[in-house]
Order: sequence, then C-alpha cells, then structure tokens
Amino acid sequence: MNDAVSIATAVREGKVSAVEVTKAAIARIAAQDNQLNCFTAVTAETALTDAARIDREIAQGNHPGILAGVPFAVKNLFDITGLTTLAGSKINAENPAASQDATAVAKLKQAGAVLVGALNMDEYAYGFVTENSHYGATHNPHDLQRVAGGSSGGSAAAVAAGLVPLTLGSDTNGSIRVPAALCGVFGLKPTYSRLSRAGVALFSSSFDHIGPFARSVQDIATVFDALQGEDDRDPICTKRPPELVLPQLKQDISDIRIAIAADYFTKGAEPEALAAVQKVADALNITEYVTIPEAHRARAAAFVITASEGANLHLDKLRRQSPPKVSRPQDFDSATRDRFLAGALIPSSWYLQAQRFRKWYRDRVREVFQNVDVILAPTTPISAPLIGQQIMILDGEEILVRPHLGLFTQPLSFIGLPVLSVPIQRQNALPLGVQLIAAPYKEALILRVAAALEVKGVVSAPIV
Amino acid sequence: MEGFNVGEYVNQMALLLDLEIRDEYRDGVVENFERISAIANLVNSFPIPEDIEVAPVFEP
Repeated sequence: MNDAVSIATAVREGKVSAVEVTKAAIARIAAQDNQLNCFTAVTAETALTDAARIDREIAQGNHPGILAGVPFAVKNLFDITGLTTLAGSKINAENPAASQDATAVAKLKQAGAVLVGALNMDEYAYGFVTENSHYGATHNPHDLQRVAGGSSGGSAAAVAAGLVPLTLGSDTNGSIRVPAALCGVFGLKPTYSRLSRAGVALFSSSFDHIGPFARSVQDIATVFDALQGEDDRDPICTKRPPELVLPQLKQDISDIRIAIAADYFTKGAEPEALAAVQKVADALNITEYVTIPEAHRARAAAFVITASEGANLHLDKLRRQSPPKVSRPQDFDSATRDRFLAGALIPSSWYLQAQRFRKWYRDRVREVFQNVDVILAPTTPISAPLIGQQIMILDGEEILVRPHLGLFTQPLSFIGLPVLSVPIQRQNALPLGVQLIAAPYKEALILRVAAALEVKGVVSAPIV
Repeated sequence: MEGFNVGEYVNQMALLLDLEIRDEYRDGVVENFERISAIANLVNSFPIPEDIEVAPVFEP
C-alpha cells in the first residue's frame, strides 16, 4: 500500500485509520530525514488533528474525499497556515506565518489529504540541484552522495524514499521534471495557468507552474484533477472548466500520434539519457521523429526572461535603503544574489525581444502539434551528479552541471506546454526521466500514454 | 559587442537602479552579466517578423 489511491481506499473502507497512516509517515520522516534532508518543517501536531477529523467523518458515514488520509507535503514556497513560507531563503525566515493555505494546499486538504510538512528547495527556486546554503542539500535516496535535483528536490526525494506518497512542487524552467528524473518518480508540469498559484511565492511570474510528484500515474492524475479549477485569488489562473483526466487513463492510446524529439533534443546528452527515450519509443513502437525548431534559442530566451523577472521580484532586497529598512544582499546565497543582480541590469530591449521570440516560437510549435500529439524527449542530459559537482563532460566538452540540467526542460516551459517526466529505473544504475510533451491543455494525452507505459512495466517508481 | 566594457556597464546601471553591489561580489555579477549577454545575443540576433508583438498577458 505505497500509492496514494490505495491508501485512500483503505482509509475509506476502514481497513486502516487516517491517524495510523499519518503516524507511520511521521515515523518514516523521523527515521530517514536526518540523512535525506527533505523537510524544512514537519507539522506533526496539526497533521494528527486533521487525520483524526478524517477518521471521525468516516465513522459518521461521510465521504472524506478522494485522497482521504493520504499524507502529503509541499515545497516550502507554498503558504501553510501558521508556518512562515521560506522559499528557501534565510531572509524570509523573519517573515510572519502565513494566515491562510495556498489554494493548492487547501484543495488537497478538501480532498481529504493530510499535510505533514514543508520541503526543501533551491533558494527562491533558482536552481536545479537543491544544494541550499541556508538549509542544507537534499540527498538523493538512490545515492546519498548525489543531488536530488532541483529546485523541488525535497518534493522528489520525499516521494522516492517513501516518506510520503504525494508532494507538490513548482516548475519554472524544469524544477519539477529535473528532480523527478534524478530521483526516479513521476513529476507533472501542467499547462501554464492551468493550476492556481495563489499563495505560492513566485520566482519568474510568466513561467511559474505548480504540479505534483507521485509514484504512480493514477496518483498524479488524481491530484491533478483535485487541483483543477478557476481561482479568484490567482489572476492568471485559467477560466477554463476542469477536464478530468482520471476517467480517461485507461483509454486505448492507438489513436495518439507520438514522435521522438529530434535535433536539439538528441545532442548534448549522455548515451543512457537517449537510450531511456529509445526504451519508451520501442515500447510504443514509435519510429517517427519530429523537429521543434529553434529550441536552443528558446532556451536562451527563457534564460533572459527568467533572469530579468526573477531579479525584478527581489529588487527591494538588493537596493540601497535608508534605515530602518536595510538591503539584504549579504543574506542571499552568493550564487543566487549575483544572478539576481546581473538579471536586474538586463536592458528592456533584450527582455522584450525574448518575449517577442516567445510568441514566434509558440506559433512554430503549434504547427508541430498539427501533425503529432505527444513528443518524447530526455528529461535531463545525465543522471544525478554528485553533491558539489561543478563540471560534466558532454560530447567531449566540459560544461557547467547546474544550468545544463535544464537543457531539455527549459524550451518546453518557455511556452507553457504540459509535460510529464516518467521514471526509467535501471539495474545497478541511477534512474533517468523521459519527458512526455503535449500541446497546451492536453494533459490527458500524456497521462494516458504514461499509464500505458506503466502497464507495460516500462516506467515505474518503486520506493528506494 | 566590440568596445563594450561590461564592468563599466554594471557600475553605471547599478547606480541608476540604486543597487548595492559590494566590491566582494562585483566580479560575480560581472561574470553573470557576461554570460547573460552572450546568451541574449542568440535571441537578439534572430530576425523576428515585425508583426510579432509582445502580449501583456502570455497565453500558451
């Protein structure tokens, strides 16, 4: 009983109580998190109170929700009532506690899930490794010497290690997909604006998405459905009505046109990353290739926009200010601070050119999706690097590890496409991920393909 | 950009924006801006048709 849906079923049927499930999760966290460093806060007391309420509802014959009694945790940039939202920053630790839950947290609680804590991340979500200088590195459960990926590293590692079956993270340029791949779990970045970001600390407003991590496609679909819907608290959240994906999961996929991403997505990766894509393609009998034009330029434009928007959000803390307000540049991680300061200096013409390119690129990718429904690509160019590793060698060239973990994820979030990273487990080797990419609002297609791959045993996320 | 002095640009823009760039991390900021500049050049050199506008609200 490792997955969320099985736990919820057992709780609803009275085979196990929500309190027992919650206590077990808290015990696992207590036993393992000192090594993994996934959690920045464990909300044991409120979790047990909430779990007891679920049990009372069941005893009274009420339906406690589709995720009844399922323990979950969220990246520490989601507001949690009574906790200070850190967003990975030492500066935010001085802020008052949140007065209400982020919409996503509230929706999962309404579905009966039990929040057990907040999870570690890169400072302000600006990174791919979760080596947080204030709160420590999150370790990969497959090899404690290695990174969990980032910036939602705590979210991915907590699921991979079986501390909780469900977590939420955020993805700006790959921050759900990269850690999902490196930790060997499922991670969904939905279409931009599809899920409410209300109560979530932003990094780069026009790129930020939220999404779930889990160990099964059914769990991912269940959470996605629970989170869908308009939200007045989030002005960018779509007015589009929810389109439930769970009822569609078992549908035949023979009508879905699938192709492998060519050119850019086949270069600059270790052979095993490409082999992972081929494994998925072979399982689906896919031989077609498709080119996403100018993907390398899309990544560059995403870099410019992220640097500019990210810096803008933090200008106040980087400016000279008179007492009693003081600037705080010394309290940032030095790498984050230098990137934000440099990003603040970007001329508006560069930013606007990148935004105009974004529309041009979106139109070209829309053309690609006239001929194909789902595209396969590697999630990361390598498996999990060592903690502290700065350099990797790809195609005979020495390149920096940290920015290049997002090599294959950035060009897709640049135009807000829905992408699921599915885990490929390998014998005596670290896991890798493969991205299933679709046109906007076509999450159901990628989840149906993933479900078929899961049935075939090609993708899986067992507890490490 | 021939003759462009990144260090001087960082100094002048920081002054204009009232940013605090202390001596001990100025080199890191300059290095990051040089990287951004090289990456931005990929986009800036691309001939985008004139009728492609920037939308105030991006839609995927």
